[in-house]
Amino acid sequence: MGNIGVLVVLLLILGGLVWLLVRALKGKEVERRVIFAFILVAVAAPLLLTITFEMKPTPIVRALYDRIETLPPDSRVLLSFDFDPPMSPEVQPMANAVTRHVLARGLKPVFMTLWATGQAQFNITLTDVIYREFPDLVDGVDYVNMGYKAGNEGVLNVIRTDFRKMFPTDVNTVPWDSIPVLEGIRSCSDFSLIVSLGGGKPGVKEWVLFVGDPTGVPTAGGVAAVVAPQLYPYYPGQLFGLLGGVKGAAEYESHFRDNYPQFESMDTPAMVMMGPQTVAHLVIMAFIVIGNTLFFVTRKKEGRR
Amino acid sequence: MIASGCTAGAERFGSYLKLATLATFLIPIVGFSAFAQENSVVSADSVAVATVAPVTSLVVEDYRYDDGENLALTWVPSIDDQPVGGKVVGYEIFQITDSGEPEKIADVLPGVSSFLATGLHAGASYRFYVTARAETSSAPSVISAALTPHREWINWGLWNLMLTALVVGGSVMFFIETARRGHELFVRKIAGLEAVDEAIGRATEMGRPILYIPGIQDMDDVQTLASLTILGRVAEHAATYDIRIRMPVSRSLVMTAARETIKAAYQAAGRPDAYNEDMVNYVTDEQFGYVAAVDGIMVRERPATVFLLGAFFAESLILAETGNSVGAIQIAGTARPAQLPFFIAACDFTLIGEELFAASAYLSGEPKSLGSLKGQDVGKGVAMVAIVLGVVAATLYALTGAAWLQAFGDWLVAMFTIAS
Amino acid sequence: MRREIPLGITIFVGFLAIVSFFSPPLEGLGEDFTLFFDIIAVFAFFLGGGNLVRLHLTKLLKKKRDWGFSVVTLVGFFFMLAAGLFKIGNPGDISASVTAQGSLFATLYYNVHLPLSSTMYALLAFFVASASYRAFRAKNREATVLLLAAFVILLGSTPFGQLLTNWMPGGIDILEIPNLAVWVMSSPNLAGQRAIMIGIGLGVVSMSLRLILGIERTYLGEDRG
Repeated sequence: MGNIGVLVVLLLILGGLVWLLVRALKGKEVERRVIFAFILVAVAAPLLLTITFEMKPTPIVRALYDRIETLPPDSRVLLSFDFDPPMSPEVQPMANAVTRHVLARGLKPVFMTLWATGQAQFNITLTDVIYREFPDLVDGVDYVNMGYKAGNEGVLNVIRTDFRKMFPTDVNTVPWDSIPVLEGIRSCSDFSLIVSLGGGKPGVKEWVLFVGDPTGVPTAGGVAAVVAPQLYPYYPGQLFGLLGGVKGAAEYESHFRDNYPQFESMDTPAMVMMGPQTVAHLVIMAFIVIGNTLFFVTRKKEGRR
Repeated sequence: MIASGCTAGAERFGSYLKLATLATFLIPIVGFSAFAQENSVVSADSVAVATVAPVTSLVVEDYRYDDGENLALTWVPSIDDQPVGGKVVGYEIFQITDSGEPEKIADVLPGVSSFLATGLHAGASYRFYVTARAETSSAPSVISAALTPHREWINWGLWNLMLTALVVGGSVMFFIETARRGHELFVRKIAGLEAVDEAIGRATEMGRPILYIPGIQDMDDVQTLASLTILGRVAEHAATYDIRIRMPVSRSLVMTAARETIKAAYQAAGRPDAYNEDMVNYVTDEQFGYVAAVDGIMVRERPATVFLLGAFFAESLILAETGNSVGAIQIAGTARPAQLPFFIAACDFTLIGEELFAASAYLSGEPKSLGSLKGQDVGKGVAMVAIVLGVVAATLYALTGAAWLQAFGDWLVAMFTIAS
Repeated sequence: MRREIPLGITIFVGFLAIVSFFSPPLEGLGEDFTLFFDIIAVFAFFLGGGNLVRLHLTKLLKKKRDWGFSVVTLVGFFFMLAAGLFKIGNPGDISASVTAQGSLFATLYYNVHLPLSSTMYALLAFFVASASYRAFRAKNREATVLLLAAFVILLGSTPFGQLLTNWMPGGIDILEIPNLAVWVMSSPNLAGQRAIMIGIGLGVVSMSLRLILGIERTYLGEDRG
């Protein structure tokens, strides 16, 4: 029933666009409200019918995935949640996806944030991923949340050489020495991987400049789509992998689900969001074609006059 | 008797001999133990001191270009500080002020050989020593000589920025002076600014108001100031042709400044009676609340001309498309590159980046203002030359590997990097 | 004097702000000036809020067109103000955090304000479509290049972009649509953005100098420099 619904909706959209194209060939303009109606259907239908698409990861996304796959179990991975609610629709899904992958591989994530709002975002991952999908994991033994530290780049400058100095306890004030996950960690150089999630300042760029590049620890990022182009120059030299926007998150979710069938029923918010994004983009492209058709038909008619 | 006396004497002698023998052995043993105990502290210390080697060559220098609040320490790490099997677990930094009592100011990790002492006072005298710490012992270094941190009034480390500022600022001032002396300066036509008169004329013909949106930032944003300078010119024209101006704003300070600007413009146009302070009204600081209000004004009042000049964020396309839907002619301008594509797609004319800042000079035609535009061009010329040279050097270096090309490229990068 | 004093303050503070950047003992002045501005802006809110209330009360009392919406504005304004000022529903007393969980202010913020803001933001989806339909027409060479780039970016953001071109051999895989989209965004687009930013930086310098030197005084309500 669901598949029939999807087919019907897609056929309706396609039929409507073809009809508009025919009208354009006759020189008839498309009214603004018709465009809005098509966008409404293009965005709402995939959400309501949960239309998702399988996605093959691009090399820049695949690089992060493969690195996590090849790390030995019990490796310590530093994940920094540097984003706020406005960025959350794009970055939260990738934060959840990467955390899930790290825990599924038996690695030991150490969470922290440079943003005051980051802690609330981490709590979402804690509830939706760690508590729900990995209920047997123990805080302090299998993962730890070091919390928020004010100071932006100043924090990075310190933890580059002395992590404990900036975080003497975790977010629940458990002392450093009582946290098994942190045993042997003295500075950022002792982590196997650093992933910065967010798109603002301080963010991925600051992690690369102050920690990743000086220490040589492999560094990757997950950012909102509008920020990603600014970070491409760092790839693959200082940034070995980058998840850009909903598409990057969806590629990661899709690839993970294909390789970890035990997580078949996991939440895939990015893949769900790619449904309306894909259909809406195709509809916009169709309208651009219709608009150009109308333009050339009109120009030809005026030429004849 | 004699025998018993001799026997008693022998026995007594034997006792003495035993005692003496015992004493001969005991006294040194006791004495040595006592000596050892007493000197075991010394020995322990000596052993403790001898267990880990101290740092050497501790040097304290004034930290350059500060307010006299920092001193930089460097040292040669302890020979026992090794990455594998090293005894040193860290270093403690001690500071001695005029009061004479040492105070620990920091712990640093092994392998570290420098430290910046902060929070000091210019003119006060400080001494330092560094203690190498092992598991159960420590070894202090020699105390450094007293040093007074100095205050530097000019940060010469920013010399490259000073030079750039002097070149660009100097050229702006030079061309302002040149223009003031009557030299004709060529400024290319900017389509958006040429269209301002046409846009105001359209409002006159249609009898509909002009809607002026100065962005959503406050008076501390230079884009808002640029917008208000253009507002003055637009308001003067509007006063002359008796067109109503509608200006909803999202910041209270902008409201007061805009009222002053429009009032002065109306006075300059000889129409002080036509001015009404309700032309400018405050809506809300909240981004999308402001957008909703402005969209409502556009749809209800259907302005003939919309000016979108200033700092905008995500709401730029919403405003521009709504203005387009009511048939208004739209002139937009912003210095936020991310919003420019939306304005270019939805508006009739767009001032791109620096054109927004040039607008007030362009519209007024005043020589001094136009001169500043030429000064900007000098700065652009410097940037273009540096980019071309840098790209050529980097490309040739990639092809040839010549060290001097790399050095030249590094020098160029340093020239345009702000030292922290 | 009405114009001279503000101008004098502008010139003095402007030069001091520039000098403070290069002088370590004066470094803190820049932050201090920002704080001063923030304090002034907060007090200025009384002017703006007062203007809002006066305008809508006038509309309401004189029963002007659409006066009903002024009622909504005023009710919303005073209700939210009271909720925040008197900490209605806040756990703790009057000194509790205004956004504490369970407070009326927080309830209104998360259940009324945020959904309304999100709704306005969502309008962008519709307007992007109508703007694209109107703007991406192949009127000339440059417009055609823009049109093609838009197609590459739009298609590259969907799985179909990969499907259409993943048959390309390794040597020319830059022409695969997702890779091409990344190249467009990271090379010509980024280069153009950086060029614009250099121009903006220089424009800011020029504008600031005109303001500091008193050449540009329109914002003070004076037309002539």
